[in-house]
Amino acid sequence: MNLNPKIFDKDVEQVPIRKGFGEGLVLAAEKNKNVVGLCADLTESTMMHLFKNKFPERFVEIGVAEQNLASVASGMSAMGKIPFISSYAMFSPGRNWEQIRTTICYNDRKVIIAGSHAGVSVGPDGGTHQAVEDIAITRVIPNITIISPCDAIEAKKATLACLDVKTPVYLRLAREKTPVITTDETPFIVGKAQIFYEANKALLKKERIDVGIIATGSLVFKAIMVARNLEKKGIAANVLNLSTIKPLDTEAILNLAKEAGAIVTVEEHQIAGGMGSAVAEFLAGSFPVPIEFIGVQNKFGQSGTPDELIEHYGMGETHIMKAVERVVGRK
Amino acid sequence: MSLTETQVIYLEEKANLIRQSIIEMLLEAKSGHSAGPLDMSDIFSALYFHILRHKADEPTWSERDRLVLSNGHICPVLYATMAHSGYFPVSELKTLRKFGSRLQGHPHREFLPMLENSSGPLGSGLSQAVGMAIADRMDNGKVNKKFIYCLLGDGELDEGQNWEAFMLGAKEKLGNLIAIVDRNNIQIDGFTDDIMPISPLFDKFKSFNWHVQEIDGHNMCSIETAIETAKAVSDKPSIIIAHTVPGRGVSYMEGRYEWHGTPPGISNVEGAPDKAKQGEVALEDLRTLHGRITSEHK
Repeated sequence: MNLNPKIFDKDVEQVPIRKGFGEGLVLAAEKNKNVVGLCADLTESTMMHLFKNKFPERFVEIGVAEQNLASVASGMSAMGKIPFISSYAMFSPGRNWEQIRTTICYNDRKVIIAGSHAGVSVGPDGGTHQAVEDIAITRVIPNITIISPCDAIEAKKATLACLDVKTPVYLRLAREKTPVITTDETPFIVGKAQIFYEANKALLKKERIDVGIIATGSLVFKAIMVARNLEKKGIAANVLNLSTIKPLDTEAILNLAKEAGAIVTVEEHQIAGGMGSAVAEFLAGSFPVPIEFIGVQNKFGQSGTPDELIEHYGMGETHIMKAVERVVGRK
Repeated sequence: MSLTETQVIYLEEKANLIRQSIIEMLLEAKSGHSAGPLDMSDIFSALYFHILRHKADEPTWSERDRLVLSNGHICPVLYATMAHSGYFPVSELKTLRKFGSRLQGHPHREFLPMLENSSGPLGSGLSQAVGMAIADRMDNGKVNKKFIYCLLGDGELDEGQNWEAFMLGAKEKLGNLIAIVDRNNIQIDGFTDDIMPISPLFDKFKSFNWHVQEIDGHNMCSIETAIETAKAVSDKPSIIIAHTVPGRGVSYMEGRYEWHGTPPGISNVEGAPDKAKQGEVALEDLRTLHGRITSEHK
């Protein structure tokens, strides 16, 4: 997979995932002259300023008006542009859900919706700014692709890859610095999940793994750390990086469920309706196995440091570890 | 450039044909909106048969003017006008709202790709038109090669998103954008003044830095002159407040908000003939007029 060789070092490099979006958008704009950027008064925080500085004539400042943001982009798409719109996930796709549903997806106008500051790790801004419902509300819309990159490098590749996606895209981004897991050489294909950690079965003297951990976004790193630590306890766990949440890579999920016989899903989102729900919907109908879900449990966020909040809402490494032990016990 | 009397009569006769089709479609569908489609028939006739640069046999012609219908519920007038313009057979109009029809209850591009936009949920058409106008400006600079038209209802102005779009349109100085508001004073629950007073519209739009005109929305010469005036404004977007009579052309519907979301033939409404007779009376009213619009021929 050509992952970052320093991933297990204490001083592993940390970069905000949203920065990868900003850099990827510049690359996309260099590659295709129809790329335009629209922002709702959060140009620097969503890292769209990198694009704005380089292509000012292709940038539109919408002001604090996310509903307009979505529908103006739809109109630009109708004229042959490839609009990328950015704001915080809570406002886009939060505030403007119906405009995304009707004027973008139903209208079949390709727009890339970059929602930054997803998850509770937004931190001190508090619960109003922490989107933990955004996957649920977007994945129920037909004709949309949802990508949730695990680090800045994957975010850069995902942003560039949006050029070739046929449908509208929701690109889920996080604010905080996140350990860099991948490298420029790590493959990335929209719709393909990849095993990012493979248990050492020979060392553990096992023919099959005990559990499959399916993680997305900023928590993929923690899932990898947990899988590595589980080996010390004699548990073999593989970690699948599910960067595309819609359409689901059902083949990769099925293979993992068949080999492991138990699944833990890990996401910085409400358990209800999130990535774990998508996995469960699929497995319930094709290959039912015990599943444990790591995510926010029917609560709103609050102010705090990202680490405090991840722990408080039950998404820390200890929580993932316990979920693995529970699910293995249910086999 | 104003219309000749022959042109006026031609456009009025087209409007009358459109109105007859609207009634026939609604009678067949047994659901849908009556008042708005009827009162916008004159403007649709003027647009499709005189003003718009478009090609019915090449709907995707890239240099066409764009027409964004924001208040999608008045789509019977859009479908009827497109059919009479040659986009699809007039006989297809009777499939309105039926399963499998290209003519969905509210416009949907997936079923009828020649539409510029899908609509129904109110308040988002003007934003799309603003986006189209910005994109056109990016490609063609300030030379107006094509115009983006957006048709809005007055009740629809209750939606806040419109006002986001009004601000952006003025900020971007979109001289290639022309909006037309159907000021028929009704919405589903009643008269706009009772449901949500939106007056003074002229002053509101002017204060949002748009070029504003008010016209009689049933007078072909006024419609044509106002649009030509709007086209000549290069440094700001234009809006035309078209005063119309809801249900125009059908005597028992005129001026009554009850016909906003009701088709003829399914319910007894005060002041209207028995429901079994409503279709017949409406068509009789329209055929008697023969395209005569009183403001033109007195």
